[in-house]
Amino acid sequence: MSVWNVAVSAYRSVLPTVGVSAVGGLIAGSILAGMEAELAAVPGLLVVVPAFLAIRGSVYGSLGSRLSTALHQGLIQPTLGDDTGGRVRAAVAAALLVGTTASLFAATLTVVVLSVLGRAVAPLSVLGPVAVLAALLAGSVLSTVVVLVVFVGFQRGVDPDDLVGPAVTTAGDLFGLLSLIVAVRAVLWLTGSLS
Amino acid sequence: MSRSRGNRAWTVRGIARALLPVLLALTALELVGGLALGSFEATLLRYPTLLVLVPVTIGTAGNLGSVLAARLSTAFHLGTLQFAATDDQLAGNALAVVGLAVTVFPAVGLGGWLVTAVTGTPRLRVETVVGVALASGVALGAIAVLVTVVATYTAYRLGLDPDEFVVPVVTNVCDVLGVVVLFVVVQLLVG
Repeated sequence: MSVWNVAVSAYRSVLPTVGVSAVGGLIAGSILAGMEAELAAVPGLLVVVPAFLAIRGSVYGSLGSRLSTALHQGLIQPTLGDDTGGRVRAAVAAALLVGTTASLFAATLTVVVLSVLGRAVAPLSVLGPVAVLAALLAGSVLSTVVVLVVFVGFQRGVDPDDLVGPAVTTAGDLFGLLSLIVAVRAVLWLTGSLS
Repeated sequence: MSRSRGNRAWTVRGIARALLPVLLALTALELVGGLALGSFEATLLRYPTLLVLVPVTIGTAGNLGSVLAARLSTAFHLGTLQFAATDDQLAGNALAVVGLAVTVFPAVGLGGWLVTAVTGTPRLRVETVVGVALASGVALGAIAVLVTVVATYTAYRLGLDPDEFVVPVVTNVCDVLGVVVLFVVVQLLVG
């Protein structure tokens, strides 16, 4: 194949995926633009956003490919009732644990780095709980989405490997940002009413 | 032996241990992008259209990189890839990525401007937003190609599996550079 043929065929096969995720990204962007109040109320929140979204993508993308490989190998069954040896539960629990730990790590590092740089940042007593709460909220929704997409895809004869990537990136950005909004409002409401 | 290994691989502890170290390293890397974003927070809050473009710029850059990485990894496994500018697979896929960047990003810019126009009054002209998106796209397309080729070549030289090493590295590096490029372009075109 000539260079041009390779380029045209690659362009055609990738355009739909990139296009769909661009639309998802625009919706996520509208949510982010609607977060002006939260971003202003919690200095440093914007710095955490890329890490927070990337953690969702990588943890739940890896959950999806783990489950889909296990289905192909017959290690798990594509039904919610029959979780042999609790493997699905263990994989979901590990994803929640890892995602929450990494989010708390991101919040802590942000507070430390911004303080060292002398830039405005909310205290860890605000940013930490926001990160943990948002990670748990987004994690619950994304685990459900991933398990459903993988199981239903497998039952319908679609290779879950082709579904998980785009589904997780799009759902991850949307639910990641929505969880951050809910978490910020909850934490500000709690600390506001306590102090 | 393999059975007990298989079972341990399915405990919460086993999975967490396998995932966490790389994830923490990538999280620290993503914070570099976050810091770049934080450094022009005032501009972003003044022009919400630019805020709309943030996730899509980051996401599309990472996507283009990971698509190219996956394709080069497959070509690499099939033995149809040579690291030379004259290689058809390499040049063709690289050309496709640049082509995607040049066509998708202006559409994204227009979409971002429309979103702001529907939800409020955009403070930036549509040409400015499309220009910011196009300039970011051109730069990111070139960067995605460069980062992917370097990462795939490094994996090849070090004998690492490109699927396990290249895709996460490229996705995260392109994420970070996506923000940095957006920052530079906004400084130049919006001020």
